[in-house]
Amino acid sequence: MSKQFPADQAPVSAGPIPTGPVPPAHWAASYEEEPTQASAPPQANGMTALKPFGWAKDNLFNTPLNTVLTLACLGLLWLVVPPAANWLLLKASWSGSSEACREAAGACWSVIVVKHRLIFFGTYPYDEQWRPFLACALFVAMLGASGVRAFWRPWLAGAWALTLVGMGVLMWGGVAGLSYVPNDRWGGLPITLMLSVFSIAIAFPLSILLALGRQSSLPAIRTFCVGFIETMRGVPLVSVLFMASVMFPLFLPEGVTVDKLLRALAGMTLFTAAYLAEAVRGGLQAIPKGQYEAADALGLSYWQKTVLIVLPQALRIVIPPIVNQFISAFKDTSLVTIVGLYDLLTAATVATTDPEWRPYFAEVYVFAGLMFWIFCFSMSRYSQWLERLANRYTRR
Amino acid sequence: MKTRPVKSHLSALAIAATLSVSALALSGTAQAGATFDGVKQKGYVQCGVNLGLYGFSAPDDKGKWSGLDVDMCRAVAAAMFGDAEKVKYTPLSAQQRLPALQSGEIDILARNTTRTLTRDTANGLNFGPTNYFDGQGFMVSAKLGLKSAKQLNGATVCVLPGTTTEQNVSDYFRANKMTFKPVVIEKNEELNKAFFAGRCDALTSDASQLAAIRAAEVQNPNDYVILPELISKEPLSPAVRQGDEEWMNLVTWTFYAMVQAEEKGLTSETVDAAMTSPDPDVKRLLGVTAGNGKALGVEENWAFNVIKQVGNYGQSFERNVGAGSKLKMPRGQNALYTEGGMMYAPPMK
Repeated sequence: MSKQFPADQAPVSAGPIPTGPVPPAHWAASYEEEPTQASAPPQANGMTALKPFGWAKDNLFNTPLNTVLTLACLGLLWLVVPPAANWLLLKASWSGSSEACREAAGACWSVIVVKHRLIFFGTYPYDEQWRPFLACALFVAMLGASGVRAFWRPWLAGAWALTLVGMGVLMWGGVAGLSYVPNDRWGGLPITLMLSVFSIAIAFPLSILLALGRQSSLPAIRTFCVGFIETMRGVPLVSVLFMASVMFPLFLPEGVTVDKLLRALAGMTLFTAAYLAEAVRGGLQAIPKGQYEAADALGLSYWQKTVLIVLPQALRIVIPPIVNQFISAFKDTSLVTIVGLYDLLTAATVATTDPEWRPYFAEVYVFAGLMFWIFCFSMSRYSQWLERLANRYTRR
Repeated sequence: MKTRPVKSHLSALAIAATLSVSALALSGTAQAGATFDGVKQKGYVQCGVNLGLYGFSAPDDKGKWSGLDVDMCRAVAAAMFGDAEKVKYTPLSAQQRLPALQSGEIDILARNTTRTLTRDTANGLNFGPTNYFDGQGFMVSAKLGLKSAKQLNGATVCVLPGTTTEQNVSDYFRANKMTFKPVVIEKNEELNKAFFAGRCDALTSDASQLAAIRAAEVQNPNDYVILPELISKEPLSPAVRQGDEEWMNLVTWTFYAMVQAEEKGLTSETVDAAMTSPDPDVKRLLGVTAGNGKALGVEENWAFNVIKQVGNYGQSFERNVGAGSKLKMPRGQNALYTEGGMMYAPPMK
């Protein structure tokens, strides 16, 4: 790498930029619109950029206070990074038995190697675990594809319908030579993914209706929506799940049971919808009154006004709080452990109950945390992109 | 309903049940319980288990349930259907377990549940025979060469503060006119560390917990011994809903069959050969002499299936929590009554 660098890169990048007498027109335009830091310093002080420590001297050591703070930060990094790197990577044990782990000074990643199938798929029959794997892969791929603007076409809905049917076939089986796997044996990542995505997908339209209902001029609808939202927001999710999975069956006649997964999904959906509704209401109230009045003046009906004028503007404003709620809902799925569902975190916890691997629970939780982080961070990045896309006509 | 040639009284019961399941449930007649018929009809046992407690009920690396409690469910399925695999598991949290049984979501609760008077009376459930006698015990280093907790006079004991655990220890030492020095440490991990570092002679907690700690922390489990005395009572028992005596009977006697099999030396390997045994008790147990199966409402070879597919109680114990497992727990109170334990099956005739 280091040998290639001067030959490949240096002539190309060093050539045009410093010597170019007049910057092309589009450079100037971009300067005016977004003066970025990266392009500013060479103009202000061309010399420091050439010195190896110039930037550091200007920014990190320019005052005594900054010097002290910089040194303090460096000291902190020195205290934290080497031990962390040692534990995480350098001295870690990557495979082998628990005996090898006891001798290693670092993390024991072999516990993940041994237990990853249990963590990802819970009690799903071992020989059939390619099915939930494929279902999850399909699901994540579709989620990813749905984020790409070029795919926002009518056929996407069809593709989703096909995907959901395919997932159902893969997970349940019972057709096409696949053995039947009842959903009480599902576990791990599929449960976490499905619970969160379905509860969000159902809760979102529900929340828009609730938010509109809350602003309705019809007292019955308004009272119902306010009552529902305030009740749901007034109790913790744990108690909603508990009601859905423990108390609800007691009210049913003996022998009649509603599927446990479905009950938890319903509980999560209603809870998420209440919170989302408040986020959406924030958007609705942020639309200037003139917009409503203008729509009325044009003679638009209530639904025309709502769908064509109000919602497109309102939802764009509330993308950040909505995604916040999505992320929160995703993480809340780990609460279903109290109703005995095997989500990713529960499966990880169960993996640590094996006495042979029990000392390495930290590694398992770090791994589970990483899985959650990957999904939440992707959602967060996607929302930022979506926000830029939605606001591209209103940027000043 | 399938019309297979079943014994006449059974089909009569089944028809009665299909006609009026709810009426039977309300009247609570012992003749044909709703649970018994319900299980028979759906073809599997719905079993409430722990989300993950190693040795009792936990999925293994391949996601297959195993453990002492799981074996209880498998045994009932073997007795009912002749197939120990006809079980569906419902993992339950501690709060959920009793309501799940009451609401009919599960047929049997085998989830390390301590039998107490309040639970037995207030929650509409009945406990079967205890399948594991747990209780607070002591673990000591094997180097000390101790054989009994009675030899612990003057010992330092590592214990969690402010729990009934601490209370139990001081009661036990006082009752036996011994003294001890408590080393009270707030956190579990540090308590264990202190013990293994040699800061105290003995560590006290529930015996099953001690075994799990030992398996997790120590290279060679034989370096530490769990003393046989248990100083508190934690009888872990399977439970069923009240109002179905037939189902209760089946669960109860299925467990006794496993204990009886151990007493008679029948294992899953030897049970085939034992079919020709001249012993009248064995003949009755295995259904060579008919009667027991009819009384319970199942096939005559029910106990044979249990022993063949699940094993006797000793086999199940050793495989899940005993010498054959990572926990390496001693039989202690869970040994047969003939060997100084409390496992005792009433006569099966």
